[in-house]
Amino acid sequence: MVKYCDLFYSFLKIGTFTIGGGYAMIPLMEQELVDKRQWMSRQEFLDQLALSQSMPGVLAVNMATGLGYRLRGLRGSIAAIAGNIVMPILFILTLAVLFRFFRSNVIVERFFMGVRPAVVALIAAPVFRLAQSAKVTWSTCWIPILAALLIWLLDVSPILVILAAVILGFAYGRIKKQ
Amino acid sequence: MVFLQLFWTFLKIGLFTFGGGYAMIALIQSEVTVNHSWLSPQEFTDILAVSQMTPGPVGINTATYTGYTAVLNAGYEPWQAVLGALLASGAVILLPVILMVVAVVFLRRMEGNRDVENIFSVLRKAVVGLIAAAALQLLTVDSFGQPALSLQFLLSIAIFVAVFVLSLRRISPIYLILASGLLGIIAYSI
Repeated sequence: MVKYCDLFYSFLKIGTFTIGGGYAMIPLMEQELVDKRQWMSRQEFLDQLALSQSMPGVLAVNMATGLGYRLRGLRGSIAAIAGNIVMPILFILTLAVLFRFFRSNVIVERFFMGVRPAVVALIAAPVFRLAQSAKVTWSTCWIPILAALLIWLLDVSPILVILAAVILGFAYGRIKKQ
Repeated sequence: MVFLQLFWTFLKIGLFTFGGGYAMIALIQSEVTVNHSWLSPQEFTDILAVSQMTPGPVGINTATYTGYTAVLNAGYEPWQAVLGALLASGAVILLPVILMVVAVVFLRRMEGNRDVENIFSVLRKAVVGLIAAAALQLLTVDSFGQPALSLQFLLSIAIFVAVFVLSLRRISPIYLILASGLLGIIAYSI
C-alpha cells in the first residue's frame, strides 16, 4: 500500500523541480511512479495520460488527481495535488509580493523590455509543431485559422470557440457515419 | 465583489481549458486583461515570462499571481490578497479535479468512443488556433515598443526572431528568457 506521505513527497519533487509547465512534468512523473517507485504499470500510466488530455483543466493537476486516485483513492488524489502545486504557489506568491517593489526598478524594467518579445516568440514557436500533431492538413487548416482570427480580430471568447469546436466535431462525426 | 468574480472567472477558465497551459493563455488573457482589467497587458506578458522561469503549471502560476494582484488592486490588505491567490488557484482546478475523479471511477481509460474521437479531432485543431491567437494578441506596442526605427522596436524584432528559431531547435525557454532579459539590460542601459 502506497503511503500518503510518499505520494505527497513524490509529487512535491516533481512539482518543485520541473520548470516549463505541465508537459515538462509528464516524463518525470513516468520516471518516478513507473520506473523508480514501481507503483503502477506503464500501461496504466499511459491510460491516465490519455484520460488527462481528454479532460479539461491543468494537465499536471489532472495527472496528479488521476494517479493519486488510482493509488490511494480520494485522499491519494488530494495528497498528490497538494504535493504538485504547493511549491509553485509559494514561489509565485513570493514573486508577486516582491514584484510590487521591484517592478519600477529600472534594471527590472529593462530586463522585462528584453523578455516580452521573447515570450511572444515562445508561444508562437510551438504552433506549427502542434498543428502537425493535431493532424492539421490543407483541407482542415481553416479550423485553427478561423479560431485564431475570431479571437484575435473579433474578440470572440475562447470559450465560445471551444464550444463550437465540440459541436462541430460531434456533428461532423454523426453526419459522416450516415 | 472581487473575490466572487475571481472565483467564477477561474472556475470558467479551468472548465474550458483543453490541451495544456499554452491553450489556456488566450482564455486567461481575454478574461483577465480584457473583461476584468485585473492586469495590464504588460503585466500579463511579464507573468507569462515569470511562469516559464519558475516551477509549476502555467495555469496555476497565472491564477495565483492574478488572484493576488487583483485583490490588492481592489484596495484590500496583503493577507487578503494571499487568500485571493489561493481562491483563484483553487477555482481553476476545482471542476477539472471533480471531473477527473468521476472519469477515473467510471472510465479508468479512454475507450474508443467514436463521438469523443471526432470531437477531439476538431477540438485539437481549434486549440492550435487558440495558441496562435494568444501569440497574436501579445504582438502589441506593450511588448515590442512603437513600430518606428526605435532601438526598442528593432531589438524586440531581433529577439523575437532569434528566440523563435532557437526555440524550434529545442533550446530551453529558461535560457532564452534569461538571455533576452540580459540583452535588454545591456542594450537599454547604453
